[in-house]
Amino acid sequence: MSQFTDWDILRNLLLAARWTILLSLLAFAGGSIVGLLLTFMRISRRKPLIWVTRIYIEIFQGTPLLMQLFIAFFGLGLLGIDVSAWTAAALALTLFSSAFLSDIWRGCVESLPKGQWEASRCLGLNYLQTMRYIILPQALRIAIPPTVGFSVQIVKGTALASIIGFVELTKAGTMLNNATFEPFKVFAMVALIYFLLCYPLSRASQYLEEKLNVAGKRA
Amino acid sequence: MGYELNFGALLEYQDVLLAGLWMTVKLTVVSTLLGILLGILGAAARRHRNPVLRHGSKAYVELIRNTPFIVQLFFIFFGLPAIGIKMTEVEAGILALVINLGAYLTEIIRAGIDNTPKGQIEAARTLGLSSRQIFIRIILPPAFQRVYSSVVSQCIIVMLGSAVVSQISVQELTFAANFIQSRNFLSFESYLVAALLYLLLAFLMRLIFNLIGSRAFSREEKQS
Repeated sequence: MSQFTDWDILRNLLLAARWTILLSLLAFAGGSIVGLLLTFMRISRRKPLIWVTRIYIEIFQGTPLLMQLFIAFFGLGLLGIDVSAWTAAALALTLFSSAFLSDIWRGCVESLPKGQWEASRCLGLNYLQTMRYIILPQALRIAIPPTVGFSVQIVKGTALASIIGFVELTKAGTMLNNATFEPFKVFAMVALIYFLLCYPLSRASQYLEEKLNVAGKRA
Repeated sequence: MGYELNFGALLEYQDVLLAGLWMTVKLTVVSTLLGILLGILGAAARRHRNPVLRHGSKAYVELIRNTPFIVQLFFIFFGLPAIGIKMTEVEAGILALVINLGAYLTEIIRAGIDNTPKGQIEAARTLGLSSRQIFIRIILPPAFQRVYSSVVSQCIIVMLGSAVVSQISVQELTFAANFIQSRNFLSFESYLVAALLYLLLAFLMRLIFNLIGSRAFSREEKQS
């Protein structure tokens, strides 16, 4: 049986962390696209669209991410679609993120004073123009800090993909633990790598929020 | 192709499902109560005169908030026994949930505390209240009320997160669903039913918390 040095453990974990990063990026991109769509549906004035998005958000925020992963993994298989752990994880995380992101973004749009809409209407702008020139540029600014903050949740969420057998950082950790029998060291290293991934994002989110607050106060 | 969903077959496992549900409820109640306590202590430490407590609390919050729950759970369940701290699955699960919830609530409650008007603290000091009295009687109750809805949301998130403790074989709802699908191969149905039960739990939790909230806070509102 081969021996693992600390460096071997760390190197293997870092190699696996690439998949954590890739899956996070994919989930973030996918979640943004679907989330943007949901946001537009939610802030439209069509009752059925609003209801659909509300139910969607309620379902994805009210059930464990782990369940969503299981259902994506096993449920799609039943539909005759052969899903790898990769696809299932990317899909579940995309849907999960989209629900939270759209909820965050809707809040940002709604936090803008009503007068903005009314003033635009007085100026004769139609709905799309109001969105394009008045609402979205302002909402985007407010949306950046919480969006960056949520990306931390996505990175942490990818850890659950290990349970359906996707080999990323956490799965690599359990595998290395099985090979080395040094759980304390291995999981401390795993936690450290996650921390190094997430902490800068958290700080960036805080920094952006403070900057925004200062700017907001001056205006 | 055509797959017939077969929920009827789950009926014979309803005891397993209910036992799992009950375990999830117990885990949630215990970790919510202890987590709120830890969150209050953490927030108090964050605003304490002693710099060790202040920095300790901050490091705790950052460490927990920036690592996945499952890694915290594995560290506690697999890592700690390696240095001689042994516990059962349920104890490890509860410990992990409490530590996780405590960190988020520390941050949430601290935010509520920071919004306390300075004048109230000065007035309390003038009245000769000690720091502890000021924290418990003057600062904490309105601060907690201000952030109550965030506290509730976080408790629900942790309830949903408790699904992960199935991975150290705590026999809760997700574990039950896993067990059932390993017996009858009706994976989709089992997980769907479990997911619906979680949805129901989340709904009930919000209902109960709102009820408690309106009871607890209405008296104070009437006074002011």
